[in-house]
Amino acid sequence: MLRGLEKTGVLMAALIVTSTFALPFIVVKPNRILQGQGVSLIDALPSGGGIALAGAMVFVALCLLFRLPLSTRLVISSAALLIVILALGAAANAGLPPGNSYARVSPGSGFWLLLFSLSLAFCDMIAKLRLSPAFRLVLLVVATAVISGIFASGVLADISVMKEYVNRSDAFWAEMSRHAMLALGSMLVAFLIGLPLGVICHRISWLRAAALNTLNILQTIPSIALFGLLILPLGWVATHIPGAAAIGISGIGTAPAFVALVLYSLLPVVANTVGGLENVPREANDAARGAGMTDLQRLVSIEFPLTFPSLLAAIRIVLIQNIGMATIAALIGGGGMGVFVFQGLGQSAMDLVLLGALPTVAMSFIAAILLDALVDFSEAPGSEVHST
Amino acid sequence: MSLSRFAPRIVLLILLAGFLASPESFDFAFRPLVQANAPAIYNQGDLAALTLQHVRMVFIATLLATIIAVALAVVVTRPFGAEFLPLARTIVNIGQTFPPVAVLALAVPAMGFGNGPTLVALFLYALLPIFENTMTALTTVPHNITDAAKGNGMTPFQIFRQIELPLSLPMIVGGIKISTVIGFGTATIGSTVAAKTLGEVIIAGLQSNNLAFILQGALLVAALAILVFDFLSMVERSLTKWKAA
Repeated sequence: MLRGLEKTGVLMAALIVTSTFALPFIVVKPNRILQGQGVSLIDALPSGGGIALAGAMVFVALCLLFRLPLSTRLVISSAALLIVILALGAAANAGLPPGNSYARVSPGSGFWLLLFSLSLAFCDMIAKLRLSPAFRLVLLVVATAVISGIFASGVLADISVMKEYVNRSDAFWAEMSRHAMLALGSMLVAFLIGLPLGVICHRISWLRAAALNTLNILQTIPSIALFGLLILPLGWVATHIPGAAAIGISGIGTAPAFVALVLYSLLPVVANTVGGLENVPREANDAARGAGMTDLQRLVSIEFPLTFPSLLAAIRIVLIQNIGMATIAALIGGGGMGVFVFQGLGQSAMDLVLLGALPTVAMSFIAAILLDALVDFSEAPGSEVHST
Repeated sequence: MSLSRFAPRIVLLILLAGFLASPESFDFAFRPLVQANAPAIYNQGDLAALTLQHVRMVFIATLLATIIAVALAVVVTRPFGAEFLPLARTIVNIGQTFPPVAVLALAVPAMGFGNGPTLVALFLYALLPIFENTMTALTTVPHNITDAAKGNGMTPFQIFRQIELPLSLPMIVGGIKISTVIGFGTATIGSTVAAKTLGEVIIAGLQSNNLAFILQGALLVAALAILVFDFLSMVERSLTKWKAA
């Protein structure tokens, strides 16, 4: 092996060069349903722009190949990401036949692979730099702000997904907030139920086995089925319990989806609460008892703080799981981003599918990065919760 | 091992086999769930065939994921592959963060409707647990054992083949177990993009408002997942015993 070469860089450089030269950067379609014609990156931008961009990508690939300082490679890969996204907007603008309002320009496989390999390079540098959690959070905020800025600026307005968005921007934000409400609200309720349940399970061992077994079996029921199975009981509640229908409980729609998400969230919450409490060192508890603390005081001031990292880990599991599963709510009329995904699949309009799928992926990534940083925070030596 | 521990599993297995052999004989159990004229037993296809296809799809995806994940974990724990460790972690983590519906939907343009997107999704979701477990197992093999083997003149390959791999097997099986159970559930979602799985039964139930169909699909998938989980737990336990011996 050559000494100066970065082994992971070889992989990423190969991916970048392949996607630049061998795959279509954009796809021009006669309308939103029909198959389109791929256009390579070199031909996608007018007046030599494509050649310049391809040259830039080769340069980036070369930079990743050699053992340049990590921070240099980080800056190069983030700049390249930005350029590729802006280039997509420009290519869409150039690729639309003038005066034809039916034509669409979608990102091609070359664009997606470029985006993937550059993001991979970016994440790899971040992982190797071992940045502090605080710095990662700042980076997350900056990246989110830059990407939102790009969308707000209208540079990407000619891309097919954005055309789908313009046609239904009201519905988009309504479903987005419903999706977030489903994911976050069900997590909140799961913690309200799961935390006390976890504490009780920790104290009473026969209950622990029973509760965890039940919740484990619950996890084996496929999500689309559980959503459907809750239609009946919730319909019954809505018609038989006065006031239930008035607060929005009904057999179909958001209520069964919400309850299903709560049920799936309970296992990680209860299991991590019990696990966290079990890991509280015996000496900490003994000292607290010796100091004359009551059981409740001990729980609040000793056990909970020490269980905190484990609870944060539960939040991470539950949130990512819920963001993903909330897309399925659309199948039972529960709303969320799945509405666009399933509508799009039904019309075989892939741009509409992307309109639902991409924000879901983005939400998952943001939640994962945010909570990974918070988990690292809480586990960092010297922080107040880690005091054994 | 006592019979009482196995009894519920055996009952479950017999029920599953009986139901698949003759679904109509269970009509009485599902009849109360449907309206007077609606069918109580799934009638738009062969339940046994769908179950078989469901199992086959999960099996193929998990097998492929096991091969790739174990190979990946072995490479990144060798000196020449150590550089790839953070990258492999990142890739596998990203795969896990992608919501299943998004993976399915995004795979459709590339692979068309049918089994393809579901296989990709199942494969992606199976990678992380197996990779993580294999890596943890390989990195926690006690150094004194490998050192002693080195002292005895064993080659790195012999050490891997005769010490590291056998010691890691129980944890690898543990990872496969988690992946398979997740896979059984995820495969049902594949039916939204026309994969031939038990999800078809559930979706048919959702579309015709037939609770009996939904329940049949759910129970079949849950029973399969529980039985496979138990079987792999047994394998895991016997491997642990064999390792200790």
